[in-house]
Amino acid sequence: MNLSVKISNISKKFNATIALNSINCEINKGEIFGFIGPDGAGKTTLFRILTSLIIPDTGTAIVDGDNVVSDYKLLRNKLGYMPGRFSLYQDLTVEENLKFFAGVFKTSIKENYHLIEPIYKQIEPFKNRRAGKLSGGMKQKLALSCALIHKPNVLFLDEPTTGVDAVSRKEFWEMLKHLKSNELTIVVSTPYMDEAAQCDRVALIQKGEILDINTPQNIVNSFSHKLFALKCDNMYELNIESQTNKNTHSAYLFGETIHWVAKSEECKMNFISEINAKNFKNFEILQIQPSIEDCFMELMTK
Amino acid sequence: MKDFIIKEFKQIFRDYRSMVILFGIPIAQVLLFGFALTMDLNDVHFAVLDKSKDEYSKKIVDKINSSDYFILDQNLNSESEITKIFEKGIVKEVIVFESNFTENFIKKGTANLQIIADASDPNTANMLVNYTKAIVDNFQQTIVTENSLKGIVIPQIEFKYNSELKSVFMFVPGIITIILMLVSAMMTSISIAREKELGTMEILLVSPIKPIQIIVGKVLPYVLLSFINFMVILILSFWVFGMPMDGNMFLLLVEAVLYIVMSLALGIFISTVSNSQQTAMLLSMFALLLPTILLSGFIFPIENMPQILQILSNIMPSKWFIIIVKSIMLKQGSFIDVWKETLILISFTVFFIVLSIKKFKIRL
Amino acid sequence: METVVEVKNLVKKFGNFVANDNLTFEVKKGEIFGFLGANGAGKTTAIKILCGLSTPTSGELNIAGFNIYTEREKIKKNIGYMSQKFSLYDDLTIAENIKFYGGIYGLSLKKIKEKTIKYIEALNLEQYTKKMVAELPLGIKQKLAFMVSVIHEPKIVFLDEPTSGVDPITRRQFWDMIYNEANKGTTIFVTTHYMDEAEYCNRISIMVDGKIEALDTPANLKKTFNSNNMENVFIQLARKATRID
Repeated sequence: MNLSVKISNISKKFNATIALNSINCEINKGEIFGFIGPDGAGKTTLFRILTSLIIPDTGTAIVDGDNVVSDYKLLRNKLGYMPGRFSLYQDLTVEENLKFFAGVFKTSIKENYHLIEPIYKQIEPFKNRRAGKLSGGMKQKLALSCALIHKPNVLFLDEPTTGVDAVSRKEFWEMLKHLKSNELTIVVSTPYMDEAAQCDRVALIQKGEILDINTPQNIVNSFSHKLFALKCDNMYELNIESQTNKNTHSAYLFGETIHWVAKSEECKMNFISEINAKNFKNFEILQIQPSIEDCFMELMTK
Repeated sequence: MKDFIIKEFKQIFRDYRSMVILFGIPIAQVLLFGFALTMDLNDVHFAVLDKSKDEYSKKIVDKINSSDYFILDQNLNSESEITKIFEKGIVKEVIVFESNFTENFIKKGTANLQIIADASDPNTANMLVNYTKAIVDNFQQTIVTENSLKGIVIPQIEFKYNSELKSVFMFVPGIITIILMLVSAMMTSISIAREKELGTMEILLVSPIKPIQIIVGKVLPYVLLSFINFMVILILSFWVFGMPMDGNMFLLLVEAVLYIVMSLALGIFISTVSNSQQTAMLLSMFALLLPTILLSGFIFPIENMPQILQILSNIMPSKWFIIIVKSIMLKQGSFIDVWKETLILISFTVFFIVLSIKKFKIRL
Repeated sequence: METVVEVKNLVKKFGNFVANDNLTFEVKKGEIFGFLGANGAGKTTAIKILCGLSTPTSGELNIAGFNIYTEREKIKKNIGYMSQKFSLYDDLTIAENIKFYGGIYGLSLKKIKEKTIKYIEALNLEQYTKKMVAELPLGIKQKLAFMVSVIHEPKIVFLDEPTSGVDPITRRQFWDMIYNEANKGTTIFVTTHYMDEAEYCNRISIMVDGKIEALDTPANLKKTFNSNNMENVFIQLARKATRID
C-alpha cells in the first residue's frame, strides 16, 4: 500500500520542554489514523509540524510525497486542516465562512459540493446564521466542511471531539467513516481513549513519545496480563483495598467496576481469599477483555 | 483575493466597535479639540503698573486691551501690589513699564517693559506672554515705520501663517495625523492579531494563499476607510471651523494616501510581533500613539524639546506628515516646498512594507 | 441524611429562551452528583445559578442551607468551585496560589501554612515548590486545583469538567481524591464528558433541552434504558433534543 505520511525521527523542543522525542510513524493512504493521548502529549505540536506550520528540530516528515519543510508550498495545496479550536470567523455566516475558505483554495462551493454534501446538508438550514451563534456540534460540522471544500488528499483533525458531548462525538465519527475513501487519508488526534476503536490504526502517545502503533484490536491483544473486573456494594472501600493490597499489580476505577491485574496467578487466589475474609458484600470478580484505555495505562506505567 | 477583501469588509461593518473607532472617535476628537480644548485665549484679565504713563505706554495698553484676548482689570500703583493681585487669582498677567518709556524708546532705541505671568498653568502663561509680545512687537513695528526710525532691530512676528492665532488651525493637521495613525495601524494590527487568536490564521497559513495576499487583503479595506475618514475630518474642519482650503488639495490627498499606507505597513509590522488582540492594542497605544502625540510636535513644539527628544522626533513619521499638512493647508505650499518631507515619508513606507513582509511568518 | 442542595421548580429565561425549564432535584450530604447533558442543554446556566452567580427567573432554591435570593454571600462561603478553564494562576508558585485562595476565604496564616505543607506532601510536589504553576504537568495542576477548591472545607464543591484532557491514570487518581472528599462529608457536584466517569457518581441527572429528563443511580438508569453502559443511556436521551443551540 502507498504511504501517505512518513514521520522519521521527529523531535521538537520548546525552551526546556521536550514536546516530541524522536517520533517515528507511517500512515497509509486511505487510512483513518488516530493519535491517542492526553493533553500535553505532543499531539498538537506533531500536527503543526505535519501541516508545515512549525519546523521540527530534527527529523523529517513527508506528507503526500512532499517534505513538510522544503516543499511546504506544494503541500499546502493538498492539505485539509482543522485546528484544535473550531477556527471559524465568528462574525461571518455559515455560508460566508464556507465560501471564503473555498475562495482561499481557489475553488467554489459548487465545484466540490458533492464532497461535503452529507455533512453540510445538516447545517444548510442555518446557512445565514453567524458561525459564532452555532452550537458545538454544528460548529464542528461547519469546520469540517471548510477543511474539506478544496478536496484535500490528507485531512488533519486536531482534537475535533474535545469538549463536545457524547452524541456529537458519535455523529462526528460516523461522518468520518463516510468520508473514508482511497483518495483521502484522515489523521485524527483525541484525548478520548474509547475513540481509538473508530480508527483503522492508532498511535498511543504520551509525554512526546509514542508508546505503541497498531490496529486497536492488536493493541488490545498485546495486553500481557489477565484482566479482571471487580465489583461489590461498597466500591469506595473496595477501591482502596484493591489499590493497597500487596497482591495487586494494578487497580483502576473503570466505570461501575475496578479493573484489576494480579501480580501472579497465586496472588490472585490470595487476593480473593483476603477479600472474602473482609466481607465485602456482593463481591464479584470476572475476567474481561481489556480496552485501549487499559492498554494505555499499562504502557504508561512501564 | 477578492473573497478576502469582501470578507474583511463584512467583518469590519459587522463589528460595531470597530465602526465606532473608525468613524465615531475621529469626529468626536475633531469637535473636542476644536471647541472644548482650544487653547485660544479669551478675555484674560491683566493689570498694568505704568511708571511712565506717557504716549507709547498708554498706546500699548490700549492695544492690548482692545484685542479679543485681554481685558484690563486695573492699574496698579506700586510693585507691592503685584503679588497681591496674583494671589486673588483673577489677573493672569501684569505688565510693568519702566519710567520714561517713550523717551527711552525714541532716544536710546530701547525701552524696557516687563511681562509677569501667572505660571501656575505654564501653557497658558507661555501663550499669554507670546501674545503680549506679539502685540508689543506689532506696535513697535508700526511706530518704527510711521516715524521712519532706522537702526532698530525689528523682531519677526511669529504668528505669520495663522494671524488670528486660532489654535484649531494648528490642531487639525495634528488630529488628522493622529487619527490616520490610530485607525490604520491599530485596526490592521488588531484584525490580524484576531485571526491568530481565533486560530483562523493557522488555516490560512496552511492554505496555498501567499503572505502578500493576506497582507494586501487586510490593508486594502483600511486604505479606503482611512481615506474616507480623512475626507470627513477635512470637510468637518472646513465647515465647522472654517479651516482654509486654499492649498493644493490634490497634493494633500496624495500625501494622505502615502501616510495611510505607511501607517498600515506599521500596523502589520506590529501584528507580526503580537499574538493577541490585547497585545496589538497595547503596542499600538503605547509604542505608537503616545510617542506620536508627544513627539510629533502636535502638542509640544519640537523646538522647545531637549536635544535628545528633538533628534528622536525625527524618527516619528507623523512629524513629517504634520509638516506637510501644515505647509499645504496653511502656507499653500506646493510640492517643491514639501518634497523633502515626502521623500522621508516614502522611505518610511518602503522600510515598513519590506520589514512587515519579511517578518510576516509563513509558519506559526 | 441532610439535604445540601434543594431545588424546586427552577426556571431561568433569557427573553423567550427557556434555558432551565422547571428543574427540581435534591442532593444529599456527601453525595457525588453527576450533572450531565449535551452541549447547550442548560447545564452551565444551572450551575451559575447554584453558585449564586446568576439569579433564577423563578423557583425555590436552598444551597448549603441558605436561601439563594437573600443569603448569596453566605452561600459563597460554603461552596467551592473548580473548572478546567479557571483554576490556578499560572504565574504564581504553588504556595502563593494556596495563600491567595486561603486568604480569600479568610483562613488564618497558620492554617494556610498547614494546608500548604499537607498539599505539597500529598501530591509529591517537593521538587516543584519554587516553580510557577505553569510548569506543572496538567494532571498535577488539576489535582492541586481541586485541593485548593476545597481549602475552606466547603459543604459543596462544583466541578465543571475537571478531568477534561487529563491522562487516564491521573484521571483515576483525581476520582480517588473526589471519593475521599465525599467520604469526609463534602457534597460533590460534577459535570463531565467522559461517560465512564458518570458511573462513579452516586446519582446522575441528564439534561435535555433545559429539562431534567432522567435522574437516578447509574445502575437504575441502565436498567430503565435497557443499556449496559451510561454512554448508551446518554445517547438515547440526548438524541431526543430538538433545540439547536
